[in-house]
Amino acid sequence: MPPVEEQIAQWRGYLRRRRAINGADVEELEGHLRDQMAMLTMAGLAGDEAFLVAVKRMGSVDSLSREFAREHSERLWKQLVVTQNESADATAPLLRRETAVVLTLAVAAAFAVKAPELFGVHLLDGNAKLASFYQRNAGFFVMPMLVIYFAWKRGVTAATAASLAILFAIAAVFANIYPFPARSSTQNLTSLHLPIALWFIVGAAYTGGRWLTGDGRMNFVRFSGELFIYYVLIALGGGVLTGFTVMMFDAIGIKIDSFVGTWLVPCGAAGAVIIASWLVEAKQSVIENMAPVLTRVFTPMFTVILLTFLATMAWTGHAIDVKREVLISFDLLLVLVVGLVLYAVSAREPLARPDLFDRLQLLLVMSALAVDVIALAAIAARINEFGFTPNRVAALGENIILLVNLMWSGWLYLQFVRTRAPFTALERWQTDYLPVYSAWAALVVIVFPPLFRFI
Amino acid sequence: MDLGKDLVAASATPLVLAILADGDSYGYAIIKRVTELSGGHLQWTDGMLYPVLHRLERQGLVAAKWGKSETGRRRKYYRLTREGRAQLAAERQRWKVVDQTLHAIWMKTSPA
Repeated sequence: MPPVEEQIAQWRGYLRRRRAINGADVEELEGHLRDQMAMLTMAGLAGDEAFLVAVKRMGSVDSLSREFAREHSERLWKQLVVTQNESADATAPLLRRETAVVLTLAVAAAFAVKAPELFGVHLLDGNAKLASFYQRNAGFFVMPMLVIYFAWKRGVTAATAASLAILFAIAAVFANIYPFPARSSTQNLTSLHLPIALWFIVGAAYTGGRWLTGDGRMNFVRFSGELFIYYVLIALGGGVLTGFTVMMFDAIGIKIDSFVGTWLVPCGAAGAVIIASWLVEAKQSVIENMAPVLTRVFTPMFTVILLTFLATMAWTGHAIDVKREVLISFDLLLVLVVGLVLYAVSAREPLARPDLFDRLQLLLVMSALAVDVIALAAIAARINEFGFTPNRVAALGENIILLVNLMWSGWLYLQFVRTRAPFTALERWQTDYLPVYSAWAALVVIVFPPLFRFI
Repeated sequence: MDLGKDLVAASATPLVLAILADGDSYGYAIIKRVTELSGGHLQWTDGMLYPVLHRLERQGLVAAKWGKSETGRRRKYYRLTREGRAQLAAERQRWKVVDQTLHAIWMKTSPA
């Protein structure tokens, strides 16, 4: 490249970095610069002299960017536009192909939900409850499409693709092989745990076979958090759409409740997962991650609530009233705290020194541990009275798994705050621990039903 | 001559519209035309023209289209729209009022 071209390329690079100036503007400005330089060269200036004069006349990049920002203030808000803009972009055909793949997969997921009806299996059984077939296979309508999407996008090897398919096949066998009676609680457990186990197959596809690396897993954690947030937002929009649809058709005397219940909502819910994943993929470098922001907002609040709860319990002497569902609610509390820790870790610069927020996280972990230990003690005292039902064993197992995670996280946080250990130790612990969740979920699906005789 | 920021900004719209009224053009040619017409007295910082053009485009006074330059590079050409023509007429009236008023005062006080 001649030196002048290099200089132009560098100048173009400076402009590109300004958010207020987009690709088309840079092209327009560069055209201007080149016209100016051609004129100056004709007047007898050397190439680099012409460049310097032309750049000077153009104005400084800072003031240019300021003027563009005044005219295009919308560009200062990071926009997520998945379609290509007017500038001829090299990635445009790729983007179009991805759009086509995603839309096809979303439609496929929506159809997959209705496909069993072709074979006489209806979404709702005679008592207007979710049919047992749908309960057990809920994960299989969407997740294979998601896996196909990521396998396609990451270009996984044939061997990886085959092992993903085999894992799904095994899961499908275990979901359908057991003779569950109606309203069996082990079947409920299967339908709750199978999606968790399957989610890790999605993770393997998401990381493109790099599931064993810590940063691959951490990226999947980030993806999962953002997907959840996007899905909730889409679901809210879908709710509004559904409400309007019902209302408008109701106004002309047509009842469409059954269409909404058996077509619009289930198909929409399935397709939306694919669309939301695609949005997360598209926006990951464009928009701030939301999950860590929510973590920052809610960590102090939950810490205050937990500490107040402990203080109140100590002050009033009220013990935890052990009812049937109490174990589940403390499980959920731990899930929440683990989530807060995980997403705080996911967004933290590992080399930064411990700050106030890290101490707050430590306090959160310790107060959650204290609350959970008190709850566990109360439950243990009466476990014989309750007996070991599958639900209770599953809930207890989950509680212990989360408790172990939090105990060690608390220890690592403490070491980190006292600058005895690097932050990466905590990050490693969280990513290394992820397979434990899937292993437990798989265990519940595979072992629990025969163990408890399908009750 | 330094016209000052405000005057440059105020005169930019009528100048650009008036030049485009003579025929479609592009950024560099517009700047060159301004310099020529003012005898070199009116010097814009070149880059500042583009936000002005984009604003006029957004307001619907000019329309832009990508074309080709003589050397084959992509170049954005601007064209005056019907609204732009109307706006130019209005601007012309306004500047005439300013010009006449100043003229009247200066003729009375100190003939330049």
